[in-house]
Amino acid sequence: MSDAKQKKIVKTIKIDVDKCHGCRACEMICSAFHAEPKYSSNNPARARIRVIRDPLRDVYVPVYAGEYTVAECAGRDKYTIEGKEYDECAFCRASCPSREEFKEPDSGLPLKCDMCEGEEEPLCVKWCTVDALVVEEREEEVEEQVEQEDLEVGLESLADKYGMDKILDAVARLSKKDEV
Amino acid sequence: MRYAETGFNLEIDLSRGNIERVATDPRDTELYLGGLGTNAKILWDRVPPDIDAFSPENLLIFGTGLLCGTAATGCNRTIVTTISPQTKLMAFSMMGGYWAPELKYAGYDKVILRGKSPDLVYLWINNDKVEIRDASHLQGKGAIETAELIKKELKQPKAQVSAIGLAGENRVFYASIEQGRSSASRGGIGAVMGDKGVKAIAVRGTQDINVARPAEYMELCYEVLDYIKWREDNPIPGVIPILAILGSPQEMAIHNEQWHTENFSWGNARLRRKGFWTEEVSDEWLETMNKARTRLISCYNCPVACGASISMPGLPTYMMKCFTKLTYTMAAMSNLDFGLTIAQRATEYGVDGYSTPQVMAFALELLENGILTHKDFPEMPEDNEGRFFYLLDKIVNREGIGDILANGTHWAAKEIGNGADAYAHNNIKKHEQLPLKLSMLNPIYFLMYCTGEKMNITQIEGQFPQAPFPKKEHREKFVKDWFQVPDDKFKQYFLDWELRGENSNPYYPTPEIACDIVDWQERMHYIDDALGMCAGLSSFHLKPPYHIHNIPKFLSAGAGFDMDEDKLSQAAKRYRTLVRAINIRRGLRRKDEKPPEDHWKKRFPELEKELLDTYYNYKGWNEEGIPTEASLHELGLDFVGQDLIQRGILTAGEDTLSKEASEVKETN
Repeated sequence: MSDAKQKKIVKTIKIDVDKCHGCRACEMICSAFHAEPKYSSNNPARARIRVIRDPLRDVYVPVYAGEYTVAECAGRDKYTIEGKEYDECAFCRASCPSREEFKEPDSGLPLKCDMCEGEEEPLCVKWCTVDALVVEEREEEVEEQVEQEDLEVGLESLADKYGMDKILDAVARLSKKDEV
Repeated sequence: MRYAETGFNLEIDLSRGNIERVATDPRDTELYLGGLGTNAKILWDRVPPDIDAFSPENLLIFGTGLLCGTAATGCNRTIVTTISPQTKLMAFSMMGGYWAPELKYAGYDKVILRGKSPDLVYLWINNDKVEIRDASHLQGKGAIETAELIKKELKQPKAQVSAIGLAGENRVFYASIEQGRSSASRGGIGAVMGDKGVKAIAVRGTQDINVARPAEYMELCYEVLDYIKWREDNPIPGVIPILAILGSPQEMAIHNEQWHTENFSWGNARLRRKGFWTEEVSDEWLETMNKARTRLISCYNCPVACGASISMPGLPTYMMKCFTKLTYTMAAMSNLDFGLTIAQRATEYGVDGYSTPQVMAFALELLENGILTHKDFPEMPEDNEGRFFYLLDKIVNREGIGDILANGTHWAAKEIGNGADAYAHNNIKKHEQLPLKLSMLNPIYFLMYCTGEKMNITQIEGQFPQAPFPKKEHREKFVKDWFQVPDDKFKQYFLDWELRGENSNPYYPTPEIACDIVDWQERMHYIDDALGMCAGLSSFHLKPPYHIHNIPKFLSAGAGFDMDEDKLSQAAKRYRTLVRAINIRRGLRRKDEKPPEDHWKKRFPELEKELLDTYYNYKGWNEEGIPTEASLHELGLDFVGQDLIQRGILTAGEDTLSKEASEVKETN
């Protein structure tokens, strides 16, 4: 494996909650884009972006669907920013058992933002004419080596905890599972 | 499959506690589109003229626009239809916000309430699950407070709630239905909701709304969105600020209120306050607004933020839009600080921001002129602000004189007598109007005031400039990119319209031209009201994103039936005529179709008669304003013709008045 640095494009959506008017066009267009066939239906409950919205407390948080998680967090966070209290999990991207966000309403399957692959920019950004959502692209150099190092550090800690034999057993079992 | 609509209405019988999901006839959608159109059809079919507002047989219909819930920007309106306790005619007030799309996603196009609940209840519509729930703990609560409490007890922060406050519960004739960001305020529909014993309707929906030809539909949506952005950067020169930019209108964002404050006869006045807008007032108002306004806010799927959240020190936050900013402030001859403070209480009570301050000013005028006495206002404070708060409380609680005032200026004047009539000077069809007192008769506005059945000038005007541009080169520039006109002749009408001389008010526009202009303006509003489009992006504005040329395409691609400009105009004419027929059956006649006596100083009885005659004829109505048998036939409304003949309102085979109907009947 070479140590050569690799370049990758990192897309960041910058969210300015102060600019959000709470219109939920982002939810609407997201659900339309991901409909089958494309644009054939609208249903914000299927959107991979949600505006956590509580107008009387002036809370407007557009949040994107991230990874699915099987378990809810043991402890939850509640933020207070400039005197405004945000609901617990308001800023969390996970599709998780503790809330209804980011799940297909019919099947309960988790949803995840894919940045509208194939489009020049995510459509939520395109439809947010007040610029509460803005996309930024930058190139980052990454060393492949790093991942390998991370993996080894992780494995080492597992080996310390469970012993190397158990780790090897588990790896063998997992690889068998993959073959089936 | 049904497109754009769900194809189902929710029918709720409150007397029996029965709930049904009823499939609708797709042919009605093609004939009456949706929203106001299909609401009117239901009202015609099911509410005969002898049923009054507070009869259990009156219906209260919450209709979503046909395109609500689709990707069409700004298409989010709920059209609430019933019989008004105040006008005794059909009321169809509307609200934006989030409720209509949510109901569509829950799987329904309309909620139709009939009967009366013995106890105060609220409705909880959660997709297929619909419940009538006890609301005794919400009795007397504010409309905004109620919505918050319901969302909390249901643990449904995403539910959208339409609710009434104390005014609706107490059947105040100008009670509104509030929906946080928006309200349906005109015609006293909140009183009907209160009479039915329904405190609120909460909705949550997570189902799909489909469109027929997705790619084509999206292309249309993008055209509109791009045009909205373009218009934002290219305001129309030469008109007042709210008309230069899109919005419904943008009273929360725009600070310069010189035009409105100085050109309206606020409260119940007959005079304008020239010179009101001084630098001092301007500075003070700017400071008040900047402190109070926490954020500009939008309705569902609309980038134009016409509303704002308002937080006054020590008071709960509420949301405001449009003219409520000015109506209380100016009626009490006070400042914006007072206006924003009393509006908080008025919003929780759920009252119309147009009628309420006018009724209060009317009451104080009666006191000043000795028609009412201090005995009628026990313990009323001395200062204007205090008096307005006092009167608001009395009216909403229907206490003492408040019980009479709660019926609006027309009915209050009748009950008070003793010359009070002369002070109820600003009504059309028994309903308080925008307080404008002008000089020279404007033929276009004359017709709109007379024949408008939405009872509010802002709900019929738009598209065509309100006044001529003084300079020819400005007119020429204006018409250059005016592609929204249905026909190029409208450009010529505007080019020829001058401030002074032969081609000026009142004789130009001529009656024939005025008919064309009024009909176009009204048609666009009726189309919006069926589709759920906000007038702030459409019919209310000059050069709007939605117009007669692109709306048919939205319908074809969205709802999946063939539509073109002629067919759309014909459909709008069909349900517009049906609205008229409903009101005709309830007694509306030519004698009711007149602006307030003092609306214009310079009046022209002969010209006014000619204008109305020409317009009635243009619309296919006889000289009493009744749609003729032939024009009803042409619209496929033979069943209406037969009904009117049976009732002796029309005579078969005759396109003029029947003998019975020509006798002037007093309806009040």
